[in-house]
Amino acid sequence: MSSTTKQVDALVERGYEHGFVTDIETDVIAPGLDEDVIRFISQRKQEPEWVLEYRLKAFRHWLGMTPPEWSSVHHPQIDFQTISYFAAPKKKPVLESLDQVDPELLRTYEKLGIPLEEQKALSGVAVDAVFDSVSVATTFRKNLADAGVIFCSISEAAREHPALLREYLGSVVPHTDNFYAALNAAVFTDGTFVYIPKGVRCPMELSTYFRINAQNTGQFERTLIVAEEGSHVSYLEGCTAPQRDENQLHAAVVELVAMQDAQIKYSTVQNWYPGDAQGKGGIYNFVTKRGDCRGARSKISWTQVETGSAITWKYPSCLLRGDDSVGEFYSVAVTKGHQQADTGTKMIHLGRNTRSTIVSKGISAGDGQQAYRGLVRMAQRAENARNHTQCDSLLIGDRCAAHTFPYIEVKNPTAKVEHEATTSKIGDDQLFYCRSRGLSEEDAVSLIVNGFCKEIFNELPMEFAVEAQKLLAISLEGAVG
Amino acid sequence: MMLSIKNLKAEVEGKEILKGLDLQVGAGEVHAIMGPNGSGKSTLAHILAGRDGYAVTAGEVLFNGESLIELAPEERASRGIFLAFQYPVELPGVNNTHFLKEALNAQRKARGEPELDSVAFLKLIREKLAMVSMQPELLKRPVNAGFSGGEKKRNEILQMALLEPKLAILDETDSGLDIDALKTVSDGVNALRSPDRSVILVTHYQRLLDYIQPDFVHVLAGGKIVRSGDKGLAKELEAKGYGWLSGQDEAA
Repeated sequence: MSSTTKQVDALVERGYEHGFVTDIETDVIAPGLDEDVIRFISQRKQEPEWVLEYRLKAFRHWLGMTPPEWSSVHHPQIDFQTISYFAAPKKKPVLESLDQVDPELLRTYEKLGIPLEEQKALSGVAVDAVFDSVSVATTFRKNLADAGVIFCSISEAAREHPALLREYLGSVVPHTDNFYAALNAAVFTDGTFVYIPKGVRCPMELSTYFRINAQNTGQFERTLIVAEEGSHVSYLEGCTAPQRDENQLHAAVVELVAMQDAQIKYSTVQNWYPGDAQGKGGIYNFVTKRGDCRGARSKISWTQVETGSAITWKYPSCLLRGDDSVGEFYSVAVTKGHQQADTGTKMIHLGRNTRSTIVSKGISAGDGQQAYRGLVRMAQRAENARNHTQCDSLLIGDRCAAHTFPYIEVKNPTAKVEHEATTSKIGDDQLFYCRSRGLSEEDAVSLIVNGFCKEIFNELPMEFAVEAQKLLAISLEGAVG
Repeated sequence: MMLSIKNLKAEVEGKEILKGLDLQVGAGEVHAIMGPNGSGKSTLAHILAGRDGYAVTAGEVLFNGESLIELAPEERASRGIFLAFQYPVELPGVNNTHFLKEALNAQRKARGEPELDSVAFLKLIREKLAMVSMQPELLKRPVNAGFSGGEKKRNEILQMALLEPKLAILDETDSGLDIDALKTVSDGVNALRSPDRSVILVTHYQRLLDYIQPDFVHVLAGGKIVRSGDKGLAKELEAKGYGWLSGQDEAA
């Protein structure tokens, strides 16, 4: 079929290509969590005192919480004392250029297909590469600085932009929000801080590549994006992870703040290790993502393509506080093998004339289990608020399942809420039709699935749309028959 | 002989549908296969295209000397076999142009021919569109999704025009078409007749044969070809009904 598919086939034959382990000395603290560990993290990060206080407050709160059990995912109980909460590459240089990066690390990126140099030269995408928990290379800093944009690791923000961080950290997802958000607030190690000043259109797409690489290390990213009045930013997040025997916990928090007339577009392609054929060893992805449309006419748009992880538990949400503000959620989630996903969104309409759109596409194959869980709340003040939700599931084979749990709360009589849901199956007749025209079965599945997801891919920046199609084709290899 | 079928027996879920069918189709010939409902006409069409779910229990099917039975549907397609579906399948979200280009290039690649780039492809598809009187807008829509019955059938003929098969099998292409659509579709098929392209028309009614003149007419009943002749046979059938040949009660 196309050259993309050729590449995909080659990739598929190689198995989970990203399942390698880079041989870099890693500085890991012993498993376990107590106040000393939190002090150690804070000290290693050279954080101001108030950050440590914030962490300790969150930790003390977390001690009194229990893990959520309301979602439809199942996993053995996690022993949080067996996890190591800090890992940093030992050779941690202060970098001015990529030449100073550990060559072993650069080779890792090349295996991942993200050579930083080429990206710098060709794509115009600024990359803040996160390796384990510490940022080791940041590019395009100067271009962004010229525009007044701050794009740095959150630890750096704590040191260099403390006033900004202090104002916004935890202002969208408080440390009391939920079990994993509290844990994250206590132990977060890196992540990204983005600040777009008033009236600035960020001159490039911002991108962070995550990678979890140290055994037994949970990764607790913290991302905060603040878009001041009238500013625009598009942020891309893409992830791969090495193959592991043990479950790896990932509990990130992402907070977005959009002031009046500001727009934030946040795109994710997630391809973490889903576990082996028996479902053993995959990543647990328990993420809290929330955007706050604080100002009038602000807009926050979440787009996600979730193909990896053993368990995905995430609900990127929008608080539509400002009048006429807009929230969007576009999602493709794939579960196959023994993957489980409980994902969706929350659209909380507080302001007048607020609008939200939810388009969720779930694909289940093998023994995959998937639930869409979405809340649309129209508060009393939300005059003329509108929501449209479309929720489609595609089933491949007869052992998988898809469920839809819409929660709708309307307290204003002028609000309009629409919910549409469909479930379909890739039919034998569709496959035969494609094959009788010359397409292989795999290409036929890929064509049908990509057609099903097209609305979402259209929302992704171009390079991510291509990546997403590749991921889908790889994910669904062997799903039929 | 382009297609040579000898003593073909096939069953579906243990039930024998074809019971020793013989058929010879030479290059450039148009054969009509007629018969009552349930006689095995569509089964024959599907078996030739390679659909799963049919067990061939005896006999042989040779296409240009090569046995088809073990080949996957896509392998048959790239060798030049095309089935126009009785009920063309909808592919929501899959752009029609994209689908046609992927299909053509998959076949070209399988035959070791260079793939067409977008520019060359668009030029080609525009030529073919004119041949089947299809509106260019239909190329921008998802494959068959929301198409009328006539549009779906025309889309099948467009695919045939584009893929340029050696053997085209038209399964009840006339069903569900009004007279104008039937004429358009027939004109498309007639435009594609050539000395090296053979056509098998599977149809219940004689009506289609007023528009596409067959070289041979066969009557399939009870899983076998029970009578062969020229187009006069179709007229006779029209007048006398299928019961005349099969000894069954069913009328045409």
